[in-house]
Amino acid sequence: MSVYVGEAADAPDFPAAAKKLVANTQTRHNVRNATDIIRRKRDRVVAELPDWEELRQAGHDIKQHVLRHLDFYLQQFEAACTKAGGRIHWARDADEANRIIVDLVKAQNATEVIKVKTMTTDEIRLNAALEAAGITPYETDLADLIVQLGEDRPSHIVVPALHRNKLEIRSIFMEKMGLKDLGERPEDLTNAARQYLREKFLRVPVAISGANFAIAETGSICVVESEGNGRMCLSLPRVLISLVGIEKIIPTLQDLEVFLQLLPRSATGERMNPYNSIWTGVSPGDGPEEFHVVLLDNGRINVLADPEARETLDCIRCGACLNACPVYRQTGGHAYGSVYAGPIGAILTPQLQFMEHSQTLPYASSLCGACYEVCPVKINIPEILVHLRGKIVERGDAPLLERAAMKAASYALENSERLATAQKLARWAQIPFNRGGTIHSLPGFLAGWTSVRDLPAVPKESFREWWSKNKKLKYEILKRELPKLEAPKPEEPE
Amino acid sequence: MQISLFITCYNDTLFPETGKAVVALLERLGHTVDFREAQTCCGQMHYNTGYQKEALPLMRSFLDVFWDAEVICIPSSSCVAMIRDHYPKMAAASGEPALVEAVKNLLPRVYEFAELLVDKLGVTDVGAFFPHTVTLHPSCHSLRSLQVGDKPARLLNGVRGLTLIELPEAGQCCGFGGTFAVKNPEVSSAMLSDKINCILNTHAEICTALDNSCLMHINGALSRQRTGVRCVHLAEILASSEPIPHSRITGEGA
Repeated sequence: MSVYVGEAADAPDFPAAAKKLVANTQTRHNVRNATDIIRRKRDRVVAELPDWEELRQAGHDIKQHVLRHLDFYLQQFEAACTKAGGRIHWARDADEANRIIVDLVKAQNATEVIKVKTMTTDEIRLNAALEAAGITPYETDLADLIVQLGEDRPSHIVVPALHRNKLEIRSIFMEKMGLKDLGERPEDLTNAARQYLREKFLRVPVAISGANFAIAETGSICVVESEGNGRMCLSLPRVLISLVGIEKIIPTLQDLEVFLQLLPRSATGERMNPYNSIWTGVSPGDGPEEFHVVLLDNGRINVLADPEARETLDCIRCGACLNACPVYRQTGGHAYGSVYAGPIGAILTPQLQFMEHSQTLPYASSLCGACYEVCPVKINIPEILVHLRGKIVERGDAPLLERAAMKAASYALENSERLATAQKLARWAQIPFNRGGTIHSLPGFLAGWTSVRDLPAVPKESFREWWSKNKKLKYEILKRELPKLEAPKPEEPE
Repeated sequence: MQISLFITCYNDTLFPETGKAVVALLERLGHTVDFREAQTCCGQMHYNTGYQKEALPLMRSFLDVFWDAEVICIPSSSCVAMIRDHYPKMAAASGEPALVEAVKNLLPRVYEFAELLVDKLGVTDVGAFFPHTVTLHPSCHSLRSLQVGDKPARLLNGVRGLTLIELPEAGQCCGFGGTFAVKNPEVSSAMLSDKINCILNTHAEICTALDNSCLMHINGALSRQRTGVRCVHLAEILASSEPIPHSRITGEGA
């Protein structure tokens, strides 16, 4: 098996990558700006729906139902799509999917392909596989184009170039499109991209897309987007290949009623996406003549096998959890080392890789719960993060120092006598660092804390010591006298 | 009413003043306090860091200590969240029906401090006096897990002399997250810096919350930067009364 998620297996640990990005003022400024805008828009349009909570529950329930009967729905999808003139290919892992797609493109004698925005092709590193086979992929989604031309990596599921501002984009376009001059307004940048892309839409014979939803009942695929470039890819070329993760299945066309309310509101803060494309097989004289669907596992069945983390596969890739996440807000997407960034990336990336890589990602969260709050399909991301941390510890992959500290804490907390002793020991141990009740600097793994924060010193008397000296006796007497006394008299404050 | 106090391990060790304030306030309201000395820790740190097996004996011990308590008061919303969100799961995973039953019996008796006052004791004016400007940081667990809503604000609004100033971006995490702050100090510091900016923008003198863990984190930066703003647990504000305010609020050591 060659399951991988982009370059995640070789990416640096989250804390190390985050350290660099936190110091990048430009990225931080851009990410903060962009996520603030999307978040505000999202909150506004979500507040318009009185049945938002019911919609979330419905989305969750439909996805959970599909996952429980995935074998059935996948076969139903295969049958319906084949009947409508599509061809289904099954890919166990990234390499297999790449091989299938490269062969399909080669069979057309094509040397170029155009692409609709798809994160799944980044997951399997399709562009690299195509280039290795002498095929040039052109990204047509504006943000993906910016990432591709900038030889950059996507930093957000929905807005892959979110870490770039318009002046940076202008420079990339001028350099890579060979433009002598280019305006600074968003319209100027869009125009440049349009000029660059239009002739490719007309010339290139093969398009590659992902899928937002694959509808089992009809064998249809649904892609939603904002620019219309996707629509051109889906309708102009002679051959269309769609790469679809097996978790993208929904049972019926009717179910789109739920998801097409949840997705645009959560993703871009729009009531509806400007372009909603749904197609079924091939139709003579209309759109592509050949239509292929590559159904991809690449670790997904492994996620499905874990009942506690299964709902990770409910994800409809709206990116709301990224925009809400206070960690993502500080680092942007690149710190996660995966095409799937943010809270959902932190649970999806390691699971797809059988928990063997990206082990710092489940710890890249303060468990604040903002992701769960906004998730349109109610994935309890904090619970899954904790569950995955448990798996890492169980595998014996947690850092040695951490394991020792946890063991020591277990020992100290086993009974109150030990806790009392530990409290006394802490008072002794802190003496060299205690500056009048405040600790300004500590060595070792606590140095990160004290580099920007003070720490209170352990006070002379613990609560339990105070209780034992001041209250215990009184309450013991009271207990004996309880039949006579109701409650102690209010005390003077100390 | 007889109220059993679960002080929590870190309040016991680092913030005894909060415990004293809870005792003083509950007694002032005419209740008796029961402190069971065998108590230690709810197991949150172990559980959330991935040491779920190690958290199990701590849950057992908690159940042993508090099995017959009438009402349990916990001045820490993250510990209450641990108990409510994870004890049922842990009990189910243990495969012991007796443990499942014990947790089920325990949960309705567990109250976070502000919940206890507002929901169980039905008070929002506890007769406190605290002549300071205060802003409230709604800690993540109190906000999203316990969903305490406006209970802390109602309690603060019942305090004479106190001016409550709304905190901008209040729902943003302060960046503590238990072991998160140790494992990811850079990101945690960046998050903290956002929180500090918001607090300073209120021009309040004091920042309060239901969790000393978040307050320790926030105060760590407020103190380091000599901002002249400090953190005080809600219990200590509510325990203060005329004419002598509670000891920790006189401003020493900030």
